[in-house]
Amino acid sequence: MDSLIRAARRLPLSGKLGLGLVVFWIVVAIAGPFVAPYPPGSFVNEEVFAGSSGRFLLGSDFLGRDVLSRLLSGARFTVGLSAIAVAIAASIGTGLALCAAVGPRWLDEILSRSMDTLISIPSKIFALVLVAAFGSSIVLLTLILALTYVPGNFRIARSLAVGLARLDYVEVARARGEGRLYLALVEVLPNMMRPLFADIGLRFVFIVLLLSGLSFLGLGLQPPDADLGSLVRENTSGLAEGALAIIAPAVAIASLTVGVNLLIDAATQGKAE
Amino acid sequence: MTAQAQIAPSQTGAAHVEVCNLCVTVRAPDGSALRIVDDVSFAIPRGEVLALIGESGSGKTTIALSLMGYARGGARIEGRIRVGDATLDGTESASLAAQRGNRITYVAQSAAAAFNPSRRVMEQVIEPALIHGTASDAEARRHAVELFEALSLPDPAGIGSRYPHELSGGQLQRLMAAMALITRPDLVIFDEPTTALDVTTQVEVLQAFRKVVRDQGATGVYVSHDLAVVAQMADRILVLNRGRVREQDAVRAVLETPADDYTRTLLAAARPVVKAAVPAPATGSPLLSIEGICAGYGPVDREGRAAHPVLSDVSLHIGRGAAVGVIGESGSGKSTVARVVAGLLAPTAGTVLLDGQPLARSLKDRSREELRRVQIVFQNADIALNPAHSVGEILGRVLRFYEGISGHAARARVAELLDLIRLPAAVATRRCDELSGGQKQRINLARALAAKPDLILCDEVTSALDTVVREAILELLAELRRDLGVAYLFISHDIATVQALCDEIVVLYKGTCVESGPARAYAAPPFHPYTDLLISSVPELRTDWLSDVGRKDPPRLAAPDDGGGLCRFLPRCPVAIAGRCDTASPPLRQLDSGNAVLCHRSQAELAG
Amino acid sequence: MSGTAPAARWRGPARLVAQRVVLALFTLLLVSAVIFTISGLLPGDAAQELLGQGATSEQIAALRHEMGLDRPAVVRYLEWLRAIIGGDPGMSLVANKPVAEIISERLPNTLTLAALTTLFSVPFAFLVGITSAVTRGRTTDRALNILTLAMVALPEFLVATIAVLVFSVKLLWLPSITIVPQDPTPGEFLRAYAMPVMVLGVGVIAQLGRMIRAAIIAELDRPYVEMARLKGVSQRRLIFRHVLPNAVGPIVNAMALSLSYLFGGAIIVETIFSYPGLASLMVNAVTSRDMPLLQACAMIFCATYLLLVLIADTVAILANPRLRQG
Ligand SMILES: Nc1ncnc2c1ncn2[C@@H]1O[C@H](COP(=O)(O)OP(=O)(O)OP(=O)(O)O)[C@@H](O)[C@H]1O
Ligand code: SF4
Ligand SMILES: [Mg+2]
Repeated sequence: MDSLIRAARRLPLSGKLGLGLVVFWIVVAIAGPFVAPYPPGSFVNEEVFAGSSGRFLLGSDFLGRDVLSRLLSGARFTVGLSAIAVAIAASIGTGLALCAAVGPRWLDEILSRSMDTLISIPSKIFALVLVAAFGSSIVLLTLILALTYVPGNFRIARSLAVGLARLDYVEVARARGEGRLYLALVEVLPNMMRPLFADIGLRFVFIVLLLSGLSFLGLGLQPPDADLGSLVRENTSGLAEGALAIIAPAVAIASLTVGVNLLIDAATQGKAE
Repeated sequence: MTAQAQIAPSQTGAAHVEVCNLCVTVRAPDGSALRIVDDVSFAIPRGEVLALIGESGSGKTTIALSLMGYARGGARIEGRIRVGDATLDGTESASLAAQRGNRITYVAQSAAAAFNPSRRVMEQVIEPALIHGTASDAEARRHAVELFEALSLPDPAGIGSRYPHELSGGQLQRLMAAMALITRPDLVIFDEPTTALDVTTQVEVLQAFRKVVRDQGATGVYVSHDLAVVAQMADRILVLNRGRVREQDAVRAVLETPADDYTRTLLAAARPVVKAAVPAPATGSPLLSIEGICAGYGPVDREGRAAHPVLSDVSLHIGRGAAVGVIGESGSGKSTVARVVAGLLAPTAGTVLLDGQPLARSLKDRSREELRRVQIVFQNADIALNPAHSVGEILGRVLRFYEGISGHAARARVAELLDLIRLPAAVATRRCDELSGGQKQRINLARALAAKPDLILCDEVTSALDTVVREAILELLAELRRDLGVAYLFISHDIATVQALCDEIVVLYKGTCVESGPARAYAAPPFHPYTDLLISSVPELRTDWLSDVGRKDPPRLAAPDDGGGLCRFLPRCPVAIAGRCDTASPPLRQLDSGNAVLCHRSQAELAG
Repeated sequence: MSGTAPAARWRGPARLVAQRVVLALFTLLLVSAVIFTISGLLPGDAAQELLGQGATSEQIAALRHEMGLDRPAVVRYLEWLRAIIGGDPGMSLVANKPVAEIISERLPNTLTLAALTTLFSVPFAFLVGITSAVTRGRTTDRALNILTLAMVALPEFLVATIAVLVFSVKLLWLPSITIVPQDPTPGEFLRAYAMPVMVLGVGVIAQLGRMIRAAIIAELDRPYVEMARLKGVSQRRLIFRHVLPNAVGPIVNAMALSLSYLFGGAIIVETIFSYPGLASLMVNAVTSRDMPLLQACAMIFCATYLLLVLIADTVAILANPRLRQG
């Protein structure tokens, strides 16, 4: 804990900004709905696309609902689903990568060949095909998001793991007679954590963007649930007036993704030098 | 026109290179300023060669680069430097930076890395002449070919049109010298130009360098960690330690009457002698026998040959508590022998016997007890120790794995082990990246010792270390052998190291064992012709050694590509016999000294 | 090698490229199997779906037979594959038109948008990449780093929204939807495309610029660069003569990735600006679950990706003397 705080202190300004944004969105995802001034679905303002006021900090949306309250509940979906999806993607991708690195050659061949196939389906296209086939209930949507980013994570994790598995300390452990599980989990995995976390962070950003994009197209989260992308979609009719209802959720997504990116960039650079 | 003709009259009196109170500072990781070169002063008269010598990290390269007004990664240079009429902070053409590649040139340590892989060699060699406008394209090319010839490169007219990956390390190193000489510079800086080469190649490159530098009459700075090499190349020596000058004097004076303690340590370490007296190993049945091993990399075909065969028919025996050395040039298959014994690489033919019992070819079929008895230690402790684990965890894992010891007992054993390798017990909680190179290598050894092995396979365990640290590790190895009775298969490319530690020595050439026998038999001929080449290539600590090494040109007998069972050394052998060596495979001869050599020449012929 | 005949000199790279082509075709085959499995086999019964819950089992069976759904999966896959390769992926379920016809209407639009965006963003990407590589670690580089880092993380609809607000709503300079008139004058043409090209360009410039920077910096760290500096080579010559030729491989690869993004990734931009391209067609296919159309679009995008990567690989092979000599 102490060392984490010290590491955070050493971050450059951009990294601190990123860290601040990330922490802010984690807090919002957890506590947001409890501090929301209104229930997200209730119609509380006569006026649609109202501007900011004392009662409605972020104004009202196309039906006169409170934008702030909807944003707070939408953020939970965006952050939560993306986090779960990225956790699933990274577990599968990295797990398979470790198998490929310490397992027999044929396993590596098969895994790499299949992942190369999946990676040549551009991720948005892959996600669209999956949505068309399976629909987009919350569970399926999360799985689709995860599945879309397994190949990318696998590729990075495999190249890290294969590189490490060739190093002499792994060779020594192998010569000692250690099993494959030990080699993978104790010798290889701990040394790939840092770059792996950077990759997971980036993939989280991609997933947030993909989820928001799908919802923006009406293919993601279905009403009455709404994530930040859905909020942008709902309020497109307010674009011409430059309504807060459309700007606020879009900016919210951007601040989340840009924040994560700034943090990763600062954290990985600090160590490289 | 030679460099001498261009000297401005006003400068003939003064030294060509003058350095006063040079300091170089870098930012340490924690932000503080760190002096890596501290108050260094020297002068070099025109036409002389000064050697900078010291261990790694002593600031040799930093000083050499600052002569070109160049500092790596944000380092700051302070002090006065003058080369000819150019100075560090001189303006325009009078500054050192403007002389880079023109009047002052540089030969880098690893030519293989210092050439641009995507451009032809000739383009790169003449580039300095073209950008500094010292010659026209055609003139530069002509001059380059002359230099190639002077540097005894093969096919001087055609070699320039090759790409770097088509050339050997020794050739690239000479081409880099040609690049440095193309502008007819006044000052040439050689930065460890032969460190990356095999000894046998090193001699040829050194001879070529010395010839061209003399012909050009250029002033030289020669950076090296090897006193014997420096003795051949330089007129004066400057000994550095942690960025400070310890001593500077004429070569002979430094070698024969060193004034400084540190210089004496360096000199002593240059030719290692192990003090720990080891009793002669017990005779009787060998601990480990390797018989007729063939091995290689890549897929194995139906006849049981690997796609890239490396070892062919290698046999050797290691007695209980004995130390057997394996030497040979890079790529000769030394590490492959160790990998086969350890079970990391399954041989395609032959057997490995431990105490007379055959060991399974691959790891997974060996019992844990068999694995415990043979341990392997790799060259580079930086990658042989897992940076994610503490020293205690690394050693503790071995104890738990083989003996099931954990908890308090394990901690006690770890402390014992650390004591055995002369490190304080507190090191157990440290991570390996906090330790020095020598300390890491000790931990690397301790991990093998933790298994209480009968045999340790040491693959170049001293090669990455500085001479002084290397001597300490050798001493430790000898003591451990005396105290624990452990046997070694000791792999090295350096015959002096092997001679210091081992009872027996095996010489590998291209995967065949060309000579084997007791270590003392390697003190004087008769040798196998390759052993002879290897031993005569090791520079000696005297200034006239290089002039004395005569090189007989090989008779150049053509060998079939795969050797076809003929002597593998045939293409390079200076004493090959036409009609015999190129038609029949050589017999194994037993010499009176106790050595067995694989050669057509008789004992009398080999002694001559 | 100086003595080898020209024909022999090309044999090495030709074999390497041929290997890549075979590999790409094989991958495309696997991709088609994946896409067909996901979209054609897994989702359940298309006949049931078309007829709705009220249909009797006889009706369903009849339609299944008519649609060929009662045949084994492998047979259906092979037939589908043959149709796709023959350029006739069947009838659109929704539009009741041949899929080939729908696609051929849209394909030129997608190609135009991708080409314009490439022309616009690649030069900027090189400018950004080279500038930040040579000013590495200094203020310019750090500023560009943060800027591009933010640009890659921005959702396209935010960029599009802001662009519309600024250029259409406030300044009234550009139309907020992209309608290209028949036989446009160059001015009309540029006005129509300005907005989608800018919005797409933001992401491409940032992404490609960062990858170019990384490729150059990886080279700058190699010993031959220090050697070139010590030869007195100027910064400009260093970058253009020494470093870039070695960085060709990673750079063309990055370009292939960025271009494939332009091709299939323009989904949001096409939707926002109501631009009739392939990506928005695919979104429509998803919404209406028009599987033949969806499959055809997906295959086009995957084939394009593989083609671009193949071209990049070929360029990389030809640019590398070691590979060029086989
Ligand atoms: N994993 C591998 N795959 C293919 N070839 C290999 C592999 N490891 C080594 N080789 C090749 O086998 C030959 C012998 O290698 P080996 O490492 O045994 O040599 P060495 O004598 O230990 O050399 P050095 O002194 O450089 O360590 C070399 O030509 C090398 O290129
Ligand atoms: S067998 Fe012939 S070629 Fe080989 S080392 Fe002996 S003399 Fe030389
Ligand atoms: Mg080796």
